[in-house]
Amino acid sequence: MSVTCRRAGARALLLEVAGDVSVRGWEAWLRAERDGGRLTVIDIVAGAQTILLDGLADPAATATLLAGAEPTEIDDVAVREITVRVTWDGPDLAEVATQWSISRDQVVADLTGCRFEVAFSGFAPGFAYLTGLPAGRTVSRRPSPRTTVPAGSVGLAGPYAAIYPRSSPGGWQLVGSSSADLFDPDRDPPALLGPGTVVRMVTAQQAR
Amino acid sequence: MTGRCTVLDAGPLLTVQDGGRAGWAHLGVPRSGALDGPAARLADRLVGNAEGAAVLETTLRGCALRCSDSRVIAVTGALAEVRVDERAVDWAMPVYLSAGAILRVGPAQRGVRSYIAVSGGIDVDPVLGSRSTDLLSGLGPPRVSTGDELPLGLPRGAPAAVDIALPPSGARQIVVHLRLGPRDDWFSRAALQALTAEPYEVSQDSDRVGLRLRGAALQRDSDGELPSEGIVLGAVQVPMDGQPLIFLADHPTTGGYPVIAVVEDADLPLLAQAAPGATVRFSQVH
Repeated sequence: MSVTCRRAGARALLLEVAGDVSVRGWEAWLRAERDGGRLTVIDIVAGAQTILLDGLADPAATATLLAGAEPTEIDDVAVREITVRVTWDGPDLAEVATQWSISRDQVVADLTGCRFEVAFSGFAPGFAYLTGLPAGRTVSRRPSPRTTVPAGSVGLAGPYAAIYPRSSPGGWQLVGSSSADLFDPDRDPPALLGPGTVVRMVTAQQAR
Repeated sequence: MTGRCTVLDAGPLLTVQDGGRAGWAHLGVPRSGALDGPAARLADRLVGNAEGAAVLETTLRGCALRCSDSRVIAVTGALAEVRVDERAVDWAMPVYLSAGAILRVGPAQRGVRSYIAVSGGIDVDPVLGSRSTDLLSGLGPPRVSTGDELPLGLPRGAPAAVDIALPPSGARQIVVHLRLGPRDDWFSRAALQALTAEPYEVSQDSDRVGLRLRGAALQRDSDGELPSEGIVLGAVQVPMDGQPLIFLADHPTTGGYPVIAVVEDADLPLLAQAAPGATVRFSQVH
């Protein structure tokens, strides 16, 4: 069985994903099942290695259904690709260079060469955890968080990159800043970096 | 010319709330909504509002307001003295509030949060389908300040009376039912026993995000870090210090500390009305 269902209260299941189908694959398949009327659920919340199904009428019945499920990898031809312009002026760029034992210019070259993908969102509206750092490159967080991280800051922590949608406390290593509008509740969709979005970072050109 | 409600005294914390904005958790958006859902819905029914009309949620010491035109109001949730132009009126009953008359909701005598419904509803602009203030993310209308003017909707339905509305019990110790999981296997047998054997005290640090409890530390069996995963309303999360935190309406959508159990929906209103210093005893359901 490629998914283990854990009870999370009376109306939710936490799915632990193993096997061939990824968290992203399960997430896309579950959303398709909901859109097709075969699954009634209020929230499908991906995590780093899990998916929460919240708002189920009968979690036990859903768990039985999922035990026999063979999700197909959804053909992500229509996946969104977003380019974010970044100014590489983060206060922790040197720290990341030290952690990776390379120069700051090489950090920038590495990051602009990455194909990032939204793994999941959390922490704040529009805060997407991006996977896609070069193999083996992870980043240790700051020993203590900053009380204020400016909106638009590009940060790294563990295996993830992220862009802060608005000013907030934060412990990620900040490597740059962008003016991308990560979350606008009046926009459709409200989040710039929704599930499965591919992200590329390019160096912002200076205005002439 | 739409009616307006002028807030003469916002008290310690006054927010606009309705049923919340569930369904956006995949984008990191908290559900928010009235912490004591049944009380808010009762207030709306009493004044004849459609289900889901926005109400005001007070905290601990009530508030005062007046309306520019005649309205029907009702106050539910925490038991409190309710006065119109200094005249005592019924709690949890529809009350006629004439244009300009001052409504005062007193300090909570039992419970924490009172709900004030005004006929027509609080008509601020909805965000992602809800008029609820989210104090964690900042979505929705800002918290209400003294002097604010809030738009009111068009009254539609007839007020209703309820024969008996039960106020919070005011008991210093409340029993809260929970189901173990999803990460109960992260905890020692002693911790699982302590969870339901030991009393926990509601801390002053509690708010709409969560109720922070003080009591027997819940020891982990497992040493590792939990990768971020989705959180449900009522989740009992255990951070590094072993002191449980019960997530309420403004809870973050994901977290990296293990959730040992989840509080039953029916008991969430008890938590919404649990004041600092109150004692919580957990009881397990299967």
